[in-house]
Amino acid sequence: MAVVETEKATYTIPVGPIHPALKEPVQLMLEIEGEKVVDTDILMGQVHRSIEWLGMNRNNPVQSLYVAERICGICSTCHPFSLAMAVEQAANITVPDRAEYIRAIAAEMERIHSHILWAGVAAHEIGFDTVFYLTWRAREEIMDLIEYVFGNRVTKAVLQFGGVRRDITAEQLPRIRKSLDYYKSIFEHLRRIFLEDMTVQMRTRNVGILGTEDALKLLAVGPAARASGVRKDVRQDQPYSAYADLNVKAITPDIITGTVVGDVYDRIIVRLLEIKQAVEIIEECIDRMPEGPIMSETKMPRLLKVLSDAAGEGVGRVEAPRGEDIHYVKLEAGQSTLATWKVRAPTYVNLVCVPTILKGMQIADVPIAFASLDPCMSCTNRVLITDRATGRRSAVGHEELHRLSVERTRELQR
Amino acid sequence: MEKLTPQAIIDSFRWGLVVGFVTGSVYEREIAVKKNKFRSLWVEVRRSAFRSAVEHICQLQKYPHLAIISSSDLGAEVELIYHFTIYYGYHLEELSLGLRVKLPKIDLRIPTVTDLIPGAIFTERETQEMMGVEVVGIPDGRRLFIAEDVPMGVYPWRKDETGPEKFLRVLPGRKAKREDKKG
Repeated sequence: MAVVETEKATYTIPVGPIHPALKEPVQLMLEIEGEKVVDTDILMGQVHRSIEWLGMNRNNPVQSLYVAERICGICSTCHPFSLAMAVEQAANITVPDRAEYIRAIAAEMERIHSHILWAGVAAHEIGFDTVFYLTWRAREEIMDLIEYVFGNRVTKAVLQFGGVRRDITAEQLPRIRKSLDYYKSIFEHLRRIFLEDMTVQMRTRNVGILGTEDALKLLAVGPAARASGVRKDVRQDQPYSAYADLNVKAITPDIITGTVVGDVYDRIIVRLLEIKQAVEIIEECIDRMPEGPIMSETKMPRLLKVLSDAAGEGVGRVEAPRGEDIHYVKLEAGQSTLATWKVRAPTYVNLVCVPTILKGMQIADVPIAFASLDPCMSCTNRVLITDRATGRRSAVGHEELHRLSVERTRELQR
Repeated sequence: MEKLTPQAIIDSFRWGLVVGFVTGSVYEREIAVKKNKFRSLWVEVRRSAFRSAVEHICQLQKYPHLAIISSSDLGAEVELIYHFTIYYGYHLEELSLGLRVKLPKIDLRIPTVTDLIPGAIFTERETQEMMGVEVVGIPDGRRLFIAEDVPMGVYPWRKDETGPEKFLRVLPGRKAKREDKKG
């Protein structure tokens, strides 16, 4: 062991800190023995943007709401949703019922686009680029719908404390239903590709296993936890907003396969079924949506006064596409900023599971196993490999790792 | 262990911790059209009883979910809230439980909970680097988010002189923001 330690220091090749093509960096230090991963260490913080500090020191709560929307480009509803719920709890603001439904519709639309995006990324990671193009083509429909309903594809700015900023009108409903019908029509096609295709099965079955007990101990959330058989879903357990009126059930892979393995294949099942579930939830919300106002306070100066006078604390929990998203807020009277703001995105806890998931795996399986958690910083770019036998360290870029993964698929197809 | 009502959980903390128990309350809010209840519990304990409180939560629920540790700088004290959820997995039955503990700034130490909840490691590391609370017995005490070249003894979440203000870059033509406030 001591020999390895000294040799480790000799061969270290640093590769540039951030890959320009990828959205968020994370560094995985894989300790390998031959082709097998023995241990993983995760280094984060390369793009820590001090968003909480801004909310506590610079911005007023309404500005923070828009900053929260920019925490993540994909969960651009869930973070402001969560923050809005925490602040509404702290300042005792009530939300009109109609707004609760519109919030839920926005959140479910986001889930559809996020899961389809993930399906494409997963296909790309195993070198199945035809499916990548196909799924991302299918994703355009929901992006167009989001733009049609909320005015923008990504940052929708639909939430406000005490309601939402945009209503859904009766004229918009046929267009919404048309898109939902499209997803219902392609679901069977997607199911066949992802669950029955031999290549996908070979690359995903029994790969990256996270057992039920490990998932519970390591506090996994979202599809990663549900694929391991943990029936945990905030929309079911402690429903918020319009979900309190619906009967959402946490989806586990045994619905289709009858057993829970907790591998990448199971995570595909959960996400695929959640797309279908999201379509059903939107339909139910549209049918049940009550009439009425969408904002409890429309005048901005008055809203800011209410927020700066309020004292209290609140917790907002939202089931984001990747899992439970939680914001804690403390307000102090007379303070124009949030006194405390703590954000916990689902990837934060799911990354704790990475060493367990990667342990004993082949290097070529690392991209798909890591991507199967849908990490928000989904770039395995800059993976540093240490060979335990020789102690040699080499940095493998994303492209190289991707090439290994593609080669493995080709090998299995032969 | 059978499921307790929110009030019974608060009482179980009160009887179990005796002098270590400070306060406990139940927050309820009606949501959406059907007026289902959103419930969360808040329990404050002394540091001496903190470990027993976490052990008690582990008895209420076999694997309690620890979402995050939030920390606030209250001036002379630092307040930590451990955000647990228990009774998950069933429709409308889950409860949020905020376990609050206040530490004096002259003695910022809290025992680790990673032996009971292994997944707590990241949030303990973050609390340690961001708030300067020493987590006693933490298996991995390295920094999590803050880069290595940031000097020791700077805690971004603090609102006192150990905060990051002196590292802020003031853009040309702008005034440093917090200076006038402090006076």
